[in-house]
Amino acid sequence: MTIVGCDVGGTFTDLILYDEASDELRVAKVPTTGDNQAEGVLEALERVEARLSEIAIVHGTTTTTNALLERKIARCGLITTRGFRDVLELGRRTRPRPYGLIGSFEPLIPREMRVEVDERIDAEGEVLRPLDPAEVEKAVEDLRAKGMESLVIHFLHSYINSAHEEAAAAAARRVWPEGCVTIGSALVSEFREYERGVTAAVNAAIRPVLARYIGRLEEELRRRGYRRDLLIMQGNGGTVSARIVAEAAVNTVMSGPASGVIAAALTAEEAGFPDAVSYDMGGTSSDVALIRSGVPLVTSETELEYAMPIHVPMVDVHTIGAGGGSIARIDEAGLLRVGPESAGAVPGPICFGRGGTQPTVTDANLVLGRLNHDGLLAVRQKVPIEAIRARLAESVGGPLGLDGEAAAAAILRVANDRMAGAIRMVSLARGHDPRDFVLVAFGGAGPLHAAALARELGIPRVLVPARPGLTNALGCVLADLRHDFVRSVNKPVQAIEDGFVASILESQIEEGRALLEREAAEIDDLVALHRAEMQFEGQSHLLSVELPDRAIGREALQRAFEAAYWRRFEVALPEIRAVLVNLHTAVIGKRRRIPLTALATAGPDSGETPVSRRRVWFAEGWADTPIYRRGGLRPGATVAGPAVIEQMDATTVIEPGDEARVDKAGNLVITIGEGGGPRLPKAAPS
Amino acid sequence: MTIDPITLVVIQNGLQQVCNEMDLAFVRAAFSPVISEALDRSDGIYHRTTGALIAQGDLGLPVFVGTMQFSTAAVIARAKSPRPGDIWIVNDPYLGGTHLMDVKFVKPFFHRGRLFAWLANTGHWPDLGGAVPGGFSANATEVEQEGLRLPPVRLYKEGVLDEEILSIIFSNIRIADQRIGDIKAQAAALAIGEKRLTALIERYGEDVVEEAISELEARAAQQMRAKIATVPDGVYEGESFVDSDGVEDRPLRIALTLRKAGTELYFDLSRSSPPCRGPMNSVIATTKSSVYLAVKHVFPEVPINAGTFQPLHIADPVGTFLDARYPRPVSGCAAEVSQRIAEAVFAALGQAIPDRLFAAPAGTSGNFALGGSDPKTGRNYVMYLISGGGYGGSARLDGISNGCSTIGISKTTPLEVIEQRYPVLFEEYALAEGSGGAGRQRGGFGVRYAVRLRRGEARASFVMDHGRFGPQGAQGGADGRVNRVTVRRNGEDYVPPHLSKDQGIAIGPGDSVIVETPGGGGFGPPFERDPALVARDVRRGYYTRAEAEERFGVVLDAGMEVDVAATAERRVRFTTEAQRQRE
Repeated sequence: MTIVGCDVGGTFTDLILYDEASDELRVAKVPTTGDNQAEGVLEALERVEARLSEIAIVHGTTTTTNALLERKIARCGLITTRGFRDVLELGRRTRPRPYGLIGSFEPLIPREMRVEVDERIDAEGEVLRPLDPAEVEKAVEDLRAKGMESLVIHFLHSYINSAHEEAAAAAARRVWPEGCVTIGSALVSEFREYERGVTAAVNAAIRPVLARYIGRLEEELRRRGYRRDLLIMQGNGGTVSARIVAEAAVNTVMSGPASGVIAAALTAEEAGFPDAVSYDMGGTSSDVALIRSGVPLVTSETELEYAMPIHVPMVDVHTIGAGGGSIARIDEAGLLRVGPESAGAVPGPICFGRGGTQPTVTDANLVLGRLNHDGLLAVRQKVPIEAIRARLAESVGGPLGLDGEAAAAAILRVANDRMAGAIRMVSLARGHDPRDFVLVAFGGAGPLHAAALARELGIPRVLVPARPGLTNALGCVLADLRHDFVRSVNKPVQAIEDGFVASILESQIEEGRALLEREAAEIDDLVALHRAEMQFEGQSHLLSVELPDRAIGREALQRAFEAAYWRRFEVALPEIRAVLVNLHTAVIGKRRRIPLTALATAGPDSGETPVSRRRVWFAEGWADTPIYRRGGLRPGATVAGPAVIEQMDATTVIEPGDEARVDKAGNLVITIGEGGGPRLPKAAPS
Repeated sequence: MTIDPITLVVIQNGLQQVCNEMDLAFVRAAFSPVISEALDRSDGIYHRTTGALIAQGDLGLPVFVGTMQFSTAAVIARAKSPRPGDIWIVNDPYLGGTHLMDVKFVKPFFHRGRLFAWLANTGHWPDLGGAVPGGFSANATEVEQEGLRLPPVRLYKEGVLDEEILSIIFSNIRIADQRIGDIKAQAAALAIGEKRLTALIERYGEDVVEEAISELEARAAQQMRAKIATVPDGVYEGESFVDSDGVEDRPLRIALTLRKAGTELYFDLSRSSPPCRGPMNSVIATTKSSVYLAVKHVFPEVPINAGTFQPLHIADPVGTFLDARYPRPVSGCAAEVSQRIAEAVFAALGQAIPDRLFAAPAGTSGNFALGGSDPKTGRNYVMYLISGGGYGGSARLDGISNGCSTIGISKTTPLEVIEQRYPVLFEEYALAEGSGGAGRQRGGFGVRYAVRLRRGEARASFVMDHGRFGPQGAQGGADGRVNRVTVRRNGEDYVPPHLSKDQGIAIGPGDSVIVETPGGGGFGPPFERDPALVARDVRRGYYTRAEAEERFGVVLDAGMEVDVAATAERRVRFTTEAQRQRE
């Protein structure tokens, strides 16, 4: 079989094709096509000369995320409990930023499209006021007259009793059989009316958009002879069949970052590092995530932007506005700031020659010799290094009393410090010591900064995958099918009877199995991961506790919670009862795993001899540094720092004292040298 | 300066992260929903001898911006020979506090055996005893009626919790059973801060961090001065009113004279009303903090440390209700008076730099407490509701609706959670139509809710404000609508005599409480508002057709579109009539 992973990113559409029979790998990188991403996908398929009748495609798309952020969404209607149509507009009474009272917020569904009907269920699930389906039918017709394309049904307390939501959905389908109907309780069976309602509204808003896009893409593919199932990447790091993807379209939001993390997790696990921090540095931002035992941590509390919570399980990615294009400037306090403002792709960094005038992280790397002036992909018109250096000296160096090169070094240090902070927030701040993890660096700029970051954080090893610029496409190739189920329990642990937890978890597995059968995708095996969300009685936040065993009894559950609580807060509270709030099961349909060794780059074997040398700056000062070509380094090859390893779309910097070794899958495994740990510049570079 | 500028930035970020981690741990481990959901807490690092602020978490409650340095200083003055592992507890309002419910933990931080700094945090406990559950007594006349007042005492001695002090506290507060969880959470946050700060100092060295701290203070002052320099020199007046003190039914005035000279701002509040009998007095720490947070709302980019406040000179308003002394009751200072002080600052600065300001926000925390016993569970409960309101319009944008209080960053508790925990049922939770003040950029809208008691008897208390005077409009914009409270008992409506404040109103099953919070003030003349936006607002039901005509001079046709000619005529006629009236 031939499998294709194709990921559409902000700038590039990446594709990896792996042919099992010949163990051959082909890759393509083409510009993303804005309005219809399918064009870029087809273009990439042509580049690798894929025979559509013989391949299976896994596709990652930013269609839904972009639609939300740009508000190019379907016109939605809402039918909700009488008295509560403004819940989606009032939110949780916040403001966009802690300080400053100027801002704006537009709900996804405008007020004139929100209709109330008589019905009420209380917190115990008792019906206080019955639902009249005729009233729902009328509401649907009124909303359709106002141009509704997608409907949300959202009633109070539907997480405990969904009968009214289901009856209303049935009524809606009677008068609008072809309609697109989302009910809140089907997506999130957890209390919190705003979050559940927004999650449902998000789903409704992007469902027609996704259905149109996938429909068009599938049609184009079929017309060209594609026969197999099309799988779509989701934000939980798993895939789902195109047949059912639109029903829970919200699950595809943030699937881009998730596929990168999945690739990082599986690559690291296969290389022998089940615990990892993934670090994806791109042009405008950096994403970091924590991976334990080969599985990325998942959260149900993602907030896509201000007041847009999405409460379905997604890979827990922490994003900060620091990337290659981040702008460096001096603020009014005379302090150097890097990001979050970005030069973007246009005008871009100064070195792109597209009119950029503000110095960026990429410019700093160039001036310090860490990037190859001749190897940049995005350059329109080459800008002389002297001009960049002069610009750095002027805008950053001047106010700080530094020359251009020292200013560049300062920019790197501040940028690295911010990224190290992000990694601390996903590790240390959650009770994990970064020193127990390997740092998996990818994205255009990740490998450039990773070794310095690892040193800063005391992380002993860095892994740079064979194709750091194609990680998202690789994630598509590698990801399994996955469905997540959450059930609210809300019971004191001591009141839980034997077999209670197991019976819920087993029913979740059955639900997942049924869904996988509906998808009819090819899987080798079915695996379930379980966790509990718990708290002490009276708290409102939850702590996630991994459940190794389905048949867990109350004593073991109590102990697991206490241990997790201690790890996180170093607090023991024997005085207070523990409560089991939610049970969560991820049902994973394992797909056949392609051998990662196929990724080991082919190219002329240059042995371990550098292809050139140049002056590169490190914390210790300037060093005449050997430059290697990544494709020439075969498994087993070792390179001692200082060194720079270049490939088409990424550059890896090996710091002095560190050593890189190519493993059998073509990964570079960098061991941070003795005396690792943070290192301060001995002197300003000159 | 010998410290290099890059290390300086890195240490600044490092200190900030230490505080952010404390904030995060405290919120996630807390039990009091006022802390865990409403984020009514703050964590910071303070100078070892002066208590001056070194760094504070980004997500700390704004009103604590300045107050914790005063309470830390009070602890330092009394702490004899602090030892590692000690933690002082204090909530005395007159020793650099706010109201009694804000409980501070203050811990000496040692590095290699030497006192380096203090770590402190504040958390709002749900009850500290006193006349009414929750502590917001609307008609207390002395602080003893408001609850248990703790001077700085060492709750932890070298890491060991003092069970005797704890038993005194627990014997004096309601719903004591979960407070041990909050105490441990509050202490755990400081322990995490200790660990991270140690790592930072180990990394860069004590001398370098020390030097960075004083340099960062100077830089913050420099940055604040750069902002102030953009304000034209001059003297500006700002004024605002508290409805009443809860005891005597007459307004309290805040009168601010703001003088700007060079890079300094001078705040004179001495013409404000004298101390009041009821709980609307403000202690000096809260008064100063309110000025700080108001300025920070106008210049949000400036980081917070002691240097930020150096160019802000606030004379103690001796003899006014803004400099309350023992035993004046103060429960309204943190939540309400603070916001009126901020509004006086906004009004004064609005004359100087109108394009960067905004009309007044709703400015009340909307505290509504309901205490009773649930016959179904047999347990006592205290339910709190806080509410947002409309923000003021500004030069380019309408105000947002249901924004949180000026001094807070709190989220409201989900209605579903409230109904799970308390014997109440919401009948409505809606946008308060028409409440936003008219303006070229209109104010945002408040919220209107109705909540019914399902079983048992209960007592309702309110500490809100802006019931008599709506949030002020700016630059010709109209005021936002006032706050309204109605208690519907046995089918009859009761409106509190003081409108926004009352306590202990007995209600029974089937009775309900209806609250409507203020809309924000409008910005700029309403007749200059784009008629298309007015038409949109009418289609959305924000305003009625009649309001569009009366308040914005916009006439709509049958299809709800703007009648251009009639609108022009109406606007001209109204304007000339208004002019004639003025003459």
